[in-house]
Amino acid sequence: MKFIRHFSFRRWRGLAGAGLAGLLLGAAACRREAEAPAPEHFPAPTPYALVQPPLFPAIPAPPADNPLTVEGVELGRHLFYEKALSLDNSTSCGSCHQQARAFTDGRARAQGVGGALHARSAMALQNLVWEPKLTWDGASPSLEQQARTPIENAVEMHQPLRAGVARLQQMAPYPPLFGKAFGTSTITEENALKALAQFERTLISSNSRYDRYRRGDRSLLSADEVRGLQLFSIHPNGTLRGGNCSDCHGGELQTDHNFRNNGLDAAFADLGLSSQTGRPTDNGKFRVPSLRNVALTAPYMHDGRLATLQDVLDHYNEHVAFNSPTIDPLLLNTTNDPLQQRHDLELTAQEKTQIIAFLRTLTDSTFILDPRFSAPR
Amino acid sequence: MNTSRFAAVAAALVLATALVTACKKDSDPSTPQTGVFALELEPGVGALPLNLSTDTYTTAAGDRFTVSAFKYFLSNIKLTKADGSAYAVPDSYFLVDQAKPDSQHLDLKDVPVGDYTGLTFTVGVDSARTKAGNFTGALAADPGMFWDWSQEFKNVVLEGTSPQSPSRGLVFHIAGFKGANGANNTIRTVSPAFPANTKLLIRPDHSPEIHLHVDVLGLFGGPNPVRFATVYNTMGGPQSVKVADNIAAGMFSVEHIHAN
Ligand code: HEC
Ligand code: HEC
Repeated sequence: MKFIRHFSFRRWRGLAGAGLAGLLLGAAACRREAEAPAPEHFPAPTPYALVQPPLFPAIPAPPADNPLTVEGVELGRHLFYEKALSLDNSTSCGSCHQQARAFTDGRARAQGVGGALHARSAMALQNLVWEPKLTWDGASPSLEQQARTPIENAVEMHQPLRAGVARLQQMAPYPPLFGKAFGTSTITEENALKALAQFERTLISSNSRYDRYRRGDRSLLSADEVRGLQLFSIHPNGTLRGGNCSDCHGGELQTDHNFRNNGLDAAFADLGLSSQTGRPTDNGKFRVPSLRNVALTAPYMHDGRLATLQDVLDHYNEHVAFNSPTIDPLLLNTTNDPLQQRHDLELTAQEKTQIIAFLRTLTDSTFILDPRFSAPR
Repeated sequence: MNTSRFAAVAAALVLATALVTACKKDSDPSTPQTGVFALELEPGVGALPLNLSTDTYTTAAGDRFTVSAFKYFLSNIKLTKADGSAYAVPDSYFLVDQAKPDSQHLDLKDVPVGDYTGLTFTVGVDSARTKAGNFTGALAADPGMFWDWSQEFKNVVLEGTSPQSPSRGLVFHIAGFKGANGANNTIRTVSPAFPANTKLLIRPDHSPEIHLHVDVLGLFGGPNPVRFATVYNTMGGPQSVKVADNIAAGMFSVEHIHAN
C-alpha cells in the first residue's frame, strides 16, 4: 500500500513536471510556428556485403527498400535475441531458433509463450536469402513479412509488434541502435521487421565438409560418404541404383524450393500448401526443405514426427503412403527393383547407412559457432 | 611542346576524327539495324488449356492422365531467311516452366532487321554447352532440371498421374545425351513452320510475336505412341529417346505471328 502510494506520488510529480515542460515547449513551438523537431544526425549506415559462396546460386539482391547495412544487421541480431518482443519477456526468436542446432529447437513441435504448442516444427534458419517462399506452407514471400508472424502468433511470442516496439523505445540500447541503422531513433514496426530480415539474410551456411569436398578437396569424404552422395542423387532405373533424393532435394542447397507431398500421410491433419492456395490438389504438400545441417535439426518433417535420420530413410524406403491423394509422382515411380515393377524404394540397409553418412557431411560447424550469429553480450 | 608530344596530340586528333566519322557511319540507314521479337509459348493438351494437377486429359490412345509438372529448356534460337541465310541469337537459353507464367514469354533482342521465314530451336540444352559447365541464368535456375551424377540436363520434364500407370505415377524425364555414339541423346532441334505466306518482319520500330502452341500430347503421340500401362516411368535411356522423337515430331507448332 505504502509503496503504491509512494509510487503514484512520484508518478504524479513526474507527470506534472512533464506537463509543465510540455507547456513551455508548446509555447516555444507556437512562437516559432510549425517548425519540425530538431532533425537527428546519424551518419549514413555502412553497406554490408554478403560473400557469394563458391558454386552456390548467385545471391539474389535484397529488396530495394531494405539494403543490408552493418548497423541494420547488428540491430537485427539484437532483436532476434530480444525477449521483450514476447508477451512475458520469456521468448525470443532465438528460443526456438538456436544456433547450435542450426537455428532449430530440438522439439517435434515448437513451444511458445506459456508452453503453448505450435502445430509445426521450427525450421532451420539458413541460406534464407535464396528461399522465395517461407515456412512449411509458403505463407510468406519475404523475410520482412514473415518476421511479424512469430512475434504476434499466440503460440509463439504472443504480443502485438506495436506493443513490442513501444517497449523497445523505452530500453536504453535500442533508440540509438535504430538511429544508426535507419537514421531515426523513433522505433517503428517496419524498421524492426527490416532489421530482423537483414540479420536473417546473413545466415549463410556454406562451409560443411561436403562444400569443401565440392570445391576440390577430394580427400574430405570417405568412400561410404561418396557412395551415399551418389545414391542421394541418382534416380534408379533398374540398372543404376539410387535413392533419388535430389530430384527434390537437388542442387547445392538440396532443395528445388518446391512444395510436394512426400508420402507421410494418406489423410492430412495439416493441409500444408493448400491452406494458402485453397486448392485441394495442394493438400498435404509442404516445402522441400534444404538438408544442410540436417544432422543437427532432428526431429524431422513439418510436425517433427520422425526422430532420427534412420527413421527418415526408413520412411522413404518402406513407409511411404502410396495411397496419399496428392503424393508426388516421383515417389510412386522410384524403385531399385531391377524389373522396375515394385513400389518401394528397395534400398539395402547398407545403402541407407551410406546416405545417412553423406547427410552428416552437410554439418557446418563454422556456421553454428560463428560469433556474428550468436546472442549479443 | 616537344615534337613527340605534338605527334601524340596530332595522332589523338586524327583518331578522334576517325571515331566521330565511325559514329556517323553507324547511324547511316544503310548499315544493319536491329529489332526485337518475342516467343509466346502457349501450352495446351490438344485443344484444351493445360491446368496443372486439377484437370484430367486423355491421350489419342485413350489413356487418362493429369500433369503436376511440365517444364523444358528451349535454346539456340535461330531465324532463317528465304535465301537460306540465318541469324543465331547468341547465348539463348530459356527454361519454360508451366508453374511460372513469366517463363512462357521469351524476349529476344538485338536481332538484325530483315524478313525471316523460318524459326529453329533446340528443345533441351545442347551437349557442348552442357560440357562447358559453369551454369548461370536459366541453366542454373532449377536444380531439379540437372542430373548432378551424370552432368546432364533434363531437357523436358513431365510428371503426373494416370489410372493406366501400374504405379499410378507418370515420370517422364527426357534427359541426357550420352550413351555409345549418342545412343541416348534426347536433345532435339525443331523448325516448326510459319503459317503460309507469313514472315517475321524484324524492324527497329516493331515488336512482333511468334505464338507457339506447345502440345503436351506431342510427348505421347507421333512416331512412337505411348501407352501408360507400359511406359510410365522414363529417365533417360532408349525409352526417353523414343519420347524425344515424338517431341521433335509434334510438340511445337507456330500458331500465328503478330506483326505488332
Ligand atoms: C515458438 C517458437 C518460435 C519462435 C519464438 C519463432 N519461430 Fe520462427 N519458426 C517456428 C516454426 C514452428 C516455424 C514453421 C512455421 C510454419 O511453417 O508455419 C518457423 C519458421 C520460421 C521461418 C521460415 C524459415 C523457412 O525456411 O521458410 C523464419 C524465417 C522464422 N521462423 C523466423 C523467425 C523469427 C525472425 C522469429 C522472431 C521474430 C521467430 N522465427 C520466432 C517457430 C518459432
Ligand atoms: C518427392 C520429393 C522428395 C523426395 C524424392 C525426397 N524428399 Fe525428402 N522431403 C520432401 C518434402 C516435401 C519434405 C518435407 C515434408 C514434410 O515435412 O511434410 C522432405 C523432408 C525431408 C527431411 C526432413 C528435413 C527436416 O528439416 O525436417 C529429410 C531429412 C529428407 N526429406 C531427406 C530425404 C532423403 C534422404 C531422400 C532420399 C531417400 C528424400 N528426402 C527424398 C520431398 C522429397
